[in-house]
Amino acid sequence: MSENVHPGINLGASHGEAHHGSERTAFGFWIFLMSDLVIFGILFATYVVMRPNLAGGPGPSELYDLKSIAKQTGLLLASSFTFGLVSLSMKYGSRTGAVAFWLVITAALGTGFLYLEIKDFARMAGDGGIPQRSGFLSSLWALVGLHGLHLVAGLAWIGVMLALITARGLSDAVKSRLLLLGLYWHFLDLIWIGIFSVVFLGGMA
Amino acid sequence: MSDPVFGRLDWRVTPFDDFWRNPTANEAVASGAALVVILGAVAVAWFLTSRRLWRPLWRDWLTSADHKKIGIMYVVLAGVMFLRAVAEGFVMRTHQVTALDGGFLSPDHFAQLFSTHGTIMIFFVATPLITGLINFVVPLQIGARDMAFPVMNQVSLGLTAAGAGLVMISLVVGQFGTGGWTMYPPYTGATFSPGPGVDYWIWAIGISGIGSTLSGINFAVTIYKMRAPGVRFLRMPMFTWTALTTAIMMVYAFPPLTVSNAMLALDRYLDFHFFTNDLGGNMMHYANIFWMFGHPEVYIVVLPAYGVFSEISSTFAAKRLYGYNSLVIATLAIAVISFCVWLHHFFTMGQGASVNAAFGIATMIIAVPTGVKVYDWLATLYEGRIRMSVPIIYLTGFFILFVFGGLTGVILANPTLDYQVHNSQFLVAHFHNVLIPGTLFGVFAGIHYWFPKAFGFRLDERLARRAAYLWFAGFCLAFLPLYWLGLMGMPRRAASYENAAFESVMWLTFAGAVIVLAALGTMIWTFVASARNRAALACPIGDPWDGRSLEWATAAPAPEWNFAATPEVEALDPFTIEKAEGEPYQPAECYEDIEVPRNTAMGVVIGGLTGVMGFALVWWMWWLAALALAGVVAAIVARAFVTDTHQRIGADELRQAHRDFLDRVAATEPVNRDLEMTSRNRGRADPEAPA
Ligand SMILES: [Cu+2]
Repeated sequence: MSENVHPGINLGASHGEAHHGSERTAFGFWIFLMSDLVIFGILFATYVVMRPNLAGGPGPSELYDLKSIAKQTGLLLASSFTFGLVSLSMKYGSRTGAVAFWLVITAALGTGFLYLEIKDFARMAGDGGIPQRSGFLSSLWALVGLHGLHLVAGLAWIGVMLALITARGLSDAVKSRLLLLGLYWHFLDLIWIGIFSVVFLGGMA
Repeated sequence: MSDPVFGRLDWRVTPFDDFWRNPTANEAVASGAALVVILGAVAVAWFLTSRRLWRPLWRDWLTSADHKKIGIMYVVLAGVMFLRAVAEGFVMRTHQVTALDGGFLSPDHFAQLFSTHGTIMIFFVATPLITGLINFVVPLQIGARDMAFPVMNQVSLGLTAAGAGLVMISLVVGQFGTGGWTMYPPYTGATFSPGPGVDYWIWAIGISGIGSTLSGINFAVTIYKMRAPGVRFLRMPMFTWTALTTAIMMVYAFPPLTVSNAMLALDRYLDFHFFTNDLGGNMMHYANIFWMFGHPEVYIVVLPAYGVFSEISSTFAAKRLYGYNSLVIATLAIAVISFCVWLHHFFTMGQGASVNAAFGIATMIIAVPTGVKVYDWLATLYEGRIRMSVPIIYLTGFFILFVFGGLTGVILANPTLDYQVHNSQFLVAHFHNVLIPGTLFGVFAGIHYWFPKAFGFRLDERLARRAAYLWFAGFCLAFLPLYWLGLMGMPRRAASYENAAFESVMWLTFAGAVIVLAALGTMIWTFVASARNRAALACPIGDPWDGRSLEWATAAPAPEWNFAATPEVEALDPFTIEKAEGEPYQPAECYEDIEVPRNTAMGVVIGGLTGVMGFALVWWMWWLAALALAGVVAAIVARAFVTDTHQRIGADELRQAHRDFLDRVAATEPVNRDLEMTSRNRGRADPEAPA
């Protein structure tokens, strides 16, 4: 296998049938991510427009806990790194055990992120920061919440992939799906960087 | 508190019940429409049962992943919805004849009519019509075997059908929203529209909108990645170019719709404050997001029609398309500019003069590439040997009417003038004046053009011509007087009026509506009569019009695998060149095994479950919605574990089928253009030297 290594994830022999088959799917998934990016883009714009509409309710300085946000950011960035290790163990030697191991670690880091995020949301709600309170809070919950929902879907996807790996090992189809999952996971990271800068840092500024 | 099992659904939500208590003309119309839906469903079920068609329907159509069949099903779905939307237009026109200081429909009922009419025409007629046409034609034109994602294609159709189904159900169970096809809040928020009507709209549009996004992705990948060898970008037929452009626009334009829709749903269901009057909501933001979808949508449905006009002008004039490159550039320019003009839909909402001016200018600029296109088509026809077949009749009608409609668009693009006529009948006249000739005439032309490829026989020319002339006349009479009404100050969406001078004009437009009904009837009769007479109209060789692009080189109806061997292309209009210079209809050098997707019920399952979910959400049956959603997720996960998704078709079978086809070709007498409309046209063209 290793003599065939070339840039990319090495589904099979260079430019073989598997490569050809995954090209379409990967390209389609990129387009899907672009359209998803439009959705997030509009939600970002909505947040910026709604940011002043506090309607007498609590604002960023009362609600945001930057320490928790920093932890969440750390966890998510780390999970992106461990997903990189998933891809690398898939590329070098196709070691099923290593791929599954790093997938589990990635899922654990993602779950940790989600745990902190839900805790933050619960605390905000306790402080009166519920989405029903103001236009600002509606836009905040929608944007950050949608990212969280994406993460839940990503975790479910990891679960399905682990089941698939157990059922049939690292077949070409499984590898090609892991490639898509990787794109998705790094995309979530990218969106989070936007949320971190625009919502939390920008909101406090 | 709503019921834990049935939510807010109970037996008093049908129109029959209101008719029972209060038997007026208004309630009779509502009950009659509901009855038609029920009887229609029963009649279809009875027909399928008595002819024993359920099994073939399931096996050959509903579970098929063949792009041609999916395309045809899209068009059929759009056709059914078209019947309803035209009928609604007719009822509205009838009402307006009586609407001087009143009218026989209640204002609320009238509001439902214009809301569903617009919703259906945009989302469940225009969009599925062009989606269906692209589905059917594009893989054939680029020499591909199918879409890039055949099963996802089926799912897209299922989602569109689920949305259409919800709109149909709203006729019988409960009511539709009254906020127009755009459903602007705060009127459509929970405070002012608490009932299920707006929710029907939200879920119908939300579900079918996701289907359209997926279609866009599918088309784009298909055209980027699945072109046969030699089909370079600048050798793609114009229709494929417009399909690619539309696909890209779908990918970017439908997400804003999804977002504005989801936000409205959050406002209504969970008491969020995106668009409410109080607590920091901003209702103008809805219009802002919605029209980021809404304006490009106009071009999403009109560009493929432009593509049809490009194909037919060159085929029926027997000339190369004039200014191919400029048409490509114009198409792309329209796509880009169409994303930069959305604000012209709310010039009067107070964003200030300089913003209005910028968007007004941007809007007017669209006329430039559109003009380029019209000149290119005219130049293509110029000195061609034109056959005035049905598609060219639609093209001629389009030339006259669309240019006029476009000019009124330039008028509306001027904010100062828009202040005078916005929300008036002038606007109604304008957008019917562009969308009917632009989209409907284009799709009609396309249906007549490609019908033989889909079914193996031509449509009856005489009847089809009659329908085309009736469409033209009915359109002029029904819509052009609205310009005058608008200038005289009659608002759109008004259930009644006080100016007696309007009444005579209403009779005029009513006469137009009658002619439109006659056109529709003639059109349906064209299909029925042609199907009955299909032996005489058959053209199994597949090239009845002396076509120019790849799709005409294969049999009619095209086989499941489209092409026995992957074609190779060396120029634009490859089939014309082959017919003129080389030998068309040659056996391939080698045949290879191919794989086609197996039948699957994914589309039906996902479409059905999302439809149930939408219905449950409309009526607050939370348990059912959760169950249906869980079913969708389970189906997607289960699909990931299916390995046996394809079946192989052997090279020998392909070789044999192709040989049989070539034998039939050799045994068929070629016909020249003069005999094209006679029953001697079996689909083998005797070509003229290409111009
Ligand atoms: Cu517009």
